[in-house]
Amino acid sequence: MVAIATPGLARPLHPFHAILLAFPLPLFLGALLSDLAYGANYHQQWANFASWLIAGGLLMGGLALLWAVVELFLLPRPQRRWQGFYILALLAMWGVGFVNALVHAKDAWATMPEGLWLSIATVLLALLASWMGYSRFERGDVR
Amino acid sequence: MKRRSFATGVATLALAACNEEPGATQMGQAPNLPEPRRGLLPDMTIPRPAGWGDDMPIVPQGYTITAIATDLRIPRQTLLLPNGDILVAEGSGGGAPVLRPKDLIAGFIKSLGKSDVGGGNRLTLLRDADGDGVYEIRRVFAEGLNAPYGLALVGNTIYVANQDALVRFDYVEGALEAAGPPQLVARLPSAINHHWTKALTASADGRFLYVGIGSNSNITERGWPAEENRAMVWEIDAATGAHRPYATGLRNPTALTIHPDTGQLWAVVNERDEIGPDLVPDYLTSVREGGFYGWPYSYWGNHVDERVRPQNPERVAAALTPDYSLGAHVAALGVAFSTPAMGPAFAEGVFVGMHGSWNRTPPSGYKVVFVPFRDGRPAGEAVDFISGFLDDEGNARGRPVGVTVDPRGALILADDLTNTIWRVTAPGLA
Repeated sequence: MVAIATPGLARPLHPFHAILLAFPLPLFLGALLSDLAYGANYHQQWANFASWLIAGGLLMGGLALLWAVVELFLLPRPQRRWQGFYILALLAMWGVGFVNALVHAKDAWATMPEGLWLSIATVLLALLASWMGYSRFERGDVR
Repeated sequence: MKRRSFATGVATLALAACNEEPGATQMGQAPNLPEPRRGLLPDMTIPRPAGWGDDMPIVPQGYTITAIATDLRIPRQTLLLPNGDILVAEGSGGGAPVLRPKDLIAGFIKSLGKSDVGGGNRLTLLRDADGDGVYEIRRVFAEGLNAPYGLALVGNTIYVANQDALVRFDYVEGALEAAGPPQLVARLPSAINHHWTKALTASADGRFLYVGIGSNSNITERGWPAEENRAMVWEIDAATGAHRPYATGLRNPTALTIHPDTGQLWAVVNERDEIGPDLVPDYLTSVREGGFYGWPYSYWGNHVDERVRPQNPERVAAALTPDYSLGAHVAALGVAFSTPAMGPAFAEGVFVGMHGSWNRTPPSGYKVVFVPFRDGRPAGEAVDFISGFLDDEGNARGRPVGVTVDPRGALILADDLTNTIWRVTAPGLA
């Protein structure tokens, strides 16, 4: 396979980057659903699930963020601006997710309701970051 | 705007500086209870182990402290036998599984403040044969136990509360070793064992044994099913092994004793964490038969803990208020009633061993205090009896656990950081 960099046309996401980026949204969404379940039945195991799902989202999201930052320096100049916005979205997702992990480290119902609001915010930011990441190829095409 | 946020920052710092050691406002019958609060990160201040050098623990003037045994394997509680021999329970239990990412991190941080020696799972006997204050004879009295903690002597029987069972040994005065293997009296709740220590004392007539069983979580975060038969004191019939809950809602009753005159059961109890440096005070209380002391729904009587869901207003209304606050996070692990031989200033009251905090700045506990009593009730301010366990840099040179009074006029203290048994003698006793 030969990689050809055409000015103005974005390279698609590297498969490994795409795999990493595939994790945060479903994991953070799972955490949100677990929070809702915990709120509905006070069953502590749901809060435990939420904690691990958030931790997983942070791990994989962090690796995706790292990849995106390294990639920033390899991309042709016209695409760096867009990559910068994408990185900011990932960073916001990771930051809010991290705060959420700390909130979820509180005991029992002390995680609520802040944990639920933060889980919602994390899911929205993960959605945004994923959208931006996966739309890069399309965007480059259009240009 | 910037200036205001700076001012807020300064105010926060000033507030933080106000976290003094819990003093008069936190100890006694009516402790000051601030509003619950908890930041994003819990306060964790782990005093690191440090040596004594040429120093010694500080005791009242005229009193003498000596280390009568060292290099033990996590000594926790001690028992004085009629001939003056001392039995030491050595062990470290628990092993609650990791349920959340937090458990991994918190477990590691707490381990930094502990001895790295493995628990002995044994009883060691110390004897001072010639009465000169030097315990020259040391034997393993029994081994192969499972994290032994509470000890009690009734007649010719030594009872030992392992982390999973109450067992007994026949005892003949003067014996250096147990005559045989332990006999099972009753199984004790041991699933998970988040709080594993099983405190023990015997009723004045010796018919019943009281066992303290700690909760399986800080505040139900391991789920409700884990709390069955937890956070309570069991009364066990010594003859049959039958048990019943004697009092409930006691989060972690870490030491039990009987008042020598009234026969009343007393306990020190460790309360919940993570709602502030001055919440919730650990306490000393008489344990009323059938009494409910709040955990998990409420603390210090009817102060509702909002972290608990579902809540239970009926139980909150029924919760008894403990007798005497020892201060938040001091981790009281030892209690023993005094005797006049301890000297006039310490003749009537209890000694309380405080293991010391891991989640408070500045640290609290790390000493042995004396709570004076009058007419069978706490009366007056607690005073330090053994202190100096924190050095000037805030490192720990020892961590007090069990205390036992020798009626000849000495206090025996187990220290599970330096793995030492200390003995404090009143003026005039070797």
